[in-house]
Amino acid sequence: MEQTLRLLDAGEAALVAEFGSTVDPAINDRVLALDAALRADPPEGVRETVPTYRSLMIHYDPLVLSREALAGRVMALADGANASRAAPTLWTLPCCYAETSDGEPCGEDVAAIAALTGLSPERVAALHAGATYRVYMYGFAPGFAYLGGLPKALAVPRRAKPRPPHPANALLVGGGLAAVGTVPMPTGWYVIARTPARLYAPERDETFPVAAGDRIRFEPVDAATYAALERRAAAGEVVARRESFAEEATP
Amino acid sequence: MSPHLAILAAGPSVTLQDAGRHGYLRYGITAAGPMDPLAFATANLAAGNPEGATAIEVSTGGITVAAEGGPLGLVLASTGFRVALDGQALPASVALTLEPGRTLAVRAGAGGAWCYIAVCGRVAVAPTLGSTATHTRSGLGGLDGRALAAGDRLAVEEARAGAGDAQALVAPWLDRPAEVIRVVLGPQDDAFAPDQIAAFLAGPWTVGGRGDRMAYFLDGPRLTHARGHDIVSDGIAMGAIQVPGEGLPIVLMADRQSTGGYPKIATVIGPDLGRLAQAQAGARLRFSAVSVAEAVAARRAEAACLVPDIQTEPVIRTAFPSELLLGLNLVGGVIDAKG
Repeated sequence: MEQTLRLLDAGEAALVAEFGSTVDPAINDRVLALDAALRADPPEGVRETVPTYRSLMIHYDPLVLSREALAGRVMALADGANASRAAPTLWTLPCCYAETSDGEPCGEDVAAIAALTGLSPERVAALHAGATYRVYMYGFAPGFAYLGGLPKALAVPRRAKPRPPHPANALLVGGGLAAVGTVPMPTGWYVIARTPARLYAPERDETFPVAAGDRIRFEPVDAATYAALERRAAAGEVVARRESFAEEATP
Repeated sequence: MSPHLAILAAGPSVTLQDAGRHGYLRYGITAAGPMDPLAFATANLAAGNPEGATAIEVSTGGITVAAEGGPLGLVLASTGFRVALDGQALPASVALTLEPGRTLAVRAGAGGAWCYIAVCGRVAVAPTLGSTATHTRSGLGGLDGRALAAGDRLAVEEARAGAGDAQALVAPWLDRPAEVIRVVLGPQDDAFAPDQIAAFLAGPWTVGGRGDRMAYFLDGPRLTHARGHDIVSDGIAMGAIQVPGEGLPIVLMADRQSTGGYPKIATVIGPDLGRLAQAQAGARLRFSAVSVAEAVAARRAEAACLVPDIQTEPVIRTAFPSELLLGLNLVGGVIDAKG
């Protein structure tokens, strides 16, 4: 069902274009289409746009661009914006559930997830690695990507109390979603694995290779491969495979 | 060799800030930047710098600095902070030349929560993602992404000595009482029944003691949500006032996260961000709802303050520094709290 676009003011210097109130791929697609259209031809005065699950926040300078002019532009773009959006990228990120060569477990919380779901640790890893995820949005911390598409069997609730900081480039699950946490932070999520790929590398030209709307798959690697890839990633390489994502036909 | 500004002592949360790290919210990167954009810009412009140049943001923890390798022109912008050059009191907003061997101390005073120190010249700090703004939670900007500390030395390029004798800034727009903070309702004001919006506007609210660059916590009447407090996360503007389950509002400030999941009942208008930021713990305030058009008009009026060159006047030294400070607050007349 097509939901109505609502324009909400977040003060006099940000406008929220809200396409719905739920986590839904179709709603997210409309957000990303509007984002792409605004970025392709930004009206003077638009400072930056922030796509989220279900809305686009548009930061603007109201002394340059009036609220009315911006709203008019947004309504016009939201009508036919879907056509202009490029195909998303499908990323295959190597990931490690096993212990690293230092004896550190990559999936620190796999045992906890197994206990919560009644699945074996092997099954937890296999389910996580068998899905294709949508990058809905970034938020919370630099390069922290929220992923939809987690198999229902892995839908553990968030922790009641945060755990100590997760390692860098941790793959996380919690609250029915998956995530990639690039910068160590205390978290209410569970660490299911680690990837050597760095979705956020401030010193690298391609600082954030993955965009909202892209798809991600995980490819399990052993500890030795993980260590080798981590060294290449530290040297600035984006150690992930990328291809164009062919959208399955939807009615 | 270029002169340095040596940090002899610094309280917590004293950081380097520029106009902010813009363009990366979409990747979860907080803009950071000054808590009080108007005072920050005032310090830079009076120092002859670009409005968004790297400056020191001093918390109520205070700072003590000295010049090394040559004199440094400095401009301080604050209200209520205590400023002393070798123990001699100066106005809270002042331009001066710091000669090597002398010590400038800035301490919290009767009012204000943030003081800005602009250096006449360019603080030589490498930007990260286009900005030097420090965001300590993610370790970005400033010096290694951290707050300034005793022992740090900031190289100053293209240093200019500034005026010889200390000059008081004539910047009456910095004297902003925080009793009334203007907001635009929304973006999720529809998550609250009309009587809760009324309660929110009436307050009164007390600024809590655990606020920092990320958020200010308000104490007052507990608000209730019409349909629960969980919403799907969306973007957060600076000044967004979110109401979590317990019902006490949190105002999200410069170091806020880029997205969040509590209903945001209102957003503090741009011109009142600094006004609120400067409220000390324990300050009482209420909110006043304005239209977007009124907020834009207030923003235009604020921008107009900074268009003419900022004037200075000689510091009149008396034996009673507190009276001196008091007197300077009256220069230029009283500013209407409603802008």
